[in-house]
Amino acid sequence: MSPAMSSASPAPSRLDLLAAMLRIRAYEERIVAFHDEGPFPHVCTSVGQEAAAVGVVSALRPDDQILTNHRSAGHLLARGADPGRLLAEVMGRSTGYCKGKSGTLHISAKELGVILTSTIVGGELSLAPGVALSRSMLGGEGIVVCFFGDGAACEGIFHESLNLASVWNLPVLYVCENNQWQAFVHRKETMTGDHVGPWAAAYGMDHLTVDGNDVEAVLEAATCAAAQVRQTRRPFLLEASTYRQRGHMEPHDQSYVDPAEIEAWLAKDPIDRLSARLLDAGELTPQGLEALRLQAREAMNAAAAFAQASPFPDPSELTTDVYA
Amino acid sequence: MSLMNAHEALGQALAEEMQRDSRVLMFGEGVATKRKDLLEAFGPQRVRNTPLAEGIIAGTAAGAAATGLRPVADLLFAPFLCFAMDGIVNSAGKLRYMSGGQFEFPMVILAMTGGGWTVGAQHNHNIEAWFVHSPGLKVVMPSTPADFKGLMKAAIRDDNPVLFFMDMALGFEPGEVPEGEWIVPLGQAAIRREGTDLTLISYAKTVHTCLAAADALAGQGLSAEVIDLRTLKPLDEATLLASVRKTGRAIVVHEAGALCGVGAEVAALLSEKAFDALKAPLVRITGPDAPAPSSYALEQAFMPQPAAIAQAGLDLVQRDALVGR
Repeated sequence: MSPAMSSASPAPSRLDLLAAMLRIRAYEERIVAFHDEGPFPHVCTSVGQEAAAVGVVSALRPDDQILTNHRSAGHLLARGADPGRLLAEVMGRSTGYCKGKSGTLHISAKELGVILTSTIVGGELSLAPGVALSRSMLGGEGIVVCFFGDGAACEGIFHESLNLASVWNLPVLYVCENNQWQAFVHRKETMTGDHVGPWAAAYGMDHLTVDGNDVEAVLEAATCAAAQVRQTRRPFLLEASTYRQRGHMEPHDQSYVDPAEIEAWLAKDPIDRLSARLLDAGELTPQGLEALRLQAREAMNAAAAFAQASPFPDPSELTTDVYA
Repeated sequence: MSLMNAHEALGQALAEEMQRDSRVLMFGEGVATKRKDLLEAFGPQRVRNTPLAEGIIAGTAAGAAATGLRPVADLLFAPFLCFAMDGIVNSAGKLRYMSGGQFEFPMVILAMTGGGWTVGAQHNHNIEAWFVHSPGLKVVMPSTPADFKGLMKAAIRDDNPVLFFMDMALGFEPGEVPEGEWIVPLGQAAIRREGTDLTLISYAKTVHTCLAAADALAGQGLSAEVIDLRTLKPLDEATLLASVRKTGRAIVVHEAGALCGVGAEVAALLSEKAFDALKAPLVRITGPDAPAPSSYALEQAFMPQPAAIAQAGLDLVQRDALVGR
């Protein structure tokens, strides 16, 4: 079992949280580096959103299940995914979690409980109640966590999903990572108000909006929310207010974003904030921080080497796995 | 054997499969209201009403199927599937492949369609070919109460998503249905009438139209074979090819429009694999490229009729005589 998966009890240390965020950042930066080197598959990175992923996933138990979306690397890595197999999948190699048939956008890793990843915005919302229905009817204490963004919250399926989960009493922890951008459109153009969390009230559902760039705050909120879902078998909506620090996808382009907005959010970078806290508290030295960064980078370089050395799927794989 | 209609046959199939396998459940718009017998027998966990929200019904079926249940989702009328396309096509049809085979989607989507009830184009639209065109899905459209039962049992036991279309004009037509373990395997066509001069190929309601046409042709001295496809995907190529190699002439009949429809696929199949056996070009008799009307007179004109099929059969054979084959 990975450190992240077993970390629900006892609670992870602040250093664990930092290390987990640094791994995600290093993974995404490795992908950015690939793009700098030449043609590489398009990827939607989660740079800037590491605290939401690490905070929520660290609050889960091994028998919980996660549904995620196109911006999923943080969720997968926080759950203990092997970055080599992730990068292999991104690069369409047969050693990837989906045998190279997913690509970056739809990676599922059933062995980690990260299932049915859909890149149709809102697809994860449509699938979550059914997964939770299985949990309800087939037994077990696990809950279902559904990560989606503010963009998906503007899809009609958001309403259908939360409404059904509420009227059927399904154990879903909905996690809205409100990263302010819906592909190439700012959420101010598409939403009334700044937050998705309060929309839960319409479904008789409890909700909480948390500073999504403060990993400790996210962990605390997610622990409470997950415990409530576990106990009541009722859905809950947790909103993590965060920021997509890069363009919608790589290669990077933020020419349509107000530089002042980027600057304001970079000042709230989740990794910098926790690092500063640990340095101030004397729990970490600058040298220790640099060592953690280096460790994460080296792990991702090794992952990249594994992926690059992996074979492509055989052409005979083209039409396998279509039907059961 | 006992006499029952298609709705009753479906009910029997559902009850038997829910009895056999505790993972089978059914939900949809009014399911628990209309199927009181199932509700009483299996309880509210397994027989559920849903909101009128096709997107989440389909998505929920896909999510449940991938994680251990075997749902049957009733979406009422085929045009409502337009709201359910993401769950059916993008999730159930694709996520097995896209995940490298990590998931299975044993689920059935049930919907009614077809002329005869004058419900108009937003309750009647024969969209079965849309799903034939989508990978990962199977498509069934029966013509008899026995097949409604046998194909539904097979669909529930299949580990893939199955679109199960009911031609609503057939819902209350009685027919003999075998008791108990009656399974009609997916992908097997039925020869409803044997013949030697031409083959009439159809499915759902228009199988009966073809049988009436075959009667009329017999009166003219022509022997028409009638094939009921039953399953549109996978298509029973062997039965089709064997029949057309015998008769040399084929007419495909369906209520759905001709463009890129099942008839077009059958024509391509026969052209690719039985060209040498064909004595005449394939003929399609279908509904028009127009929304289904609600006026009784227009709806009757919309649906293929026996006289037109019989005339097309006569024309095909006479054409042979004219070109000396």
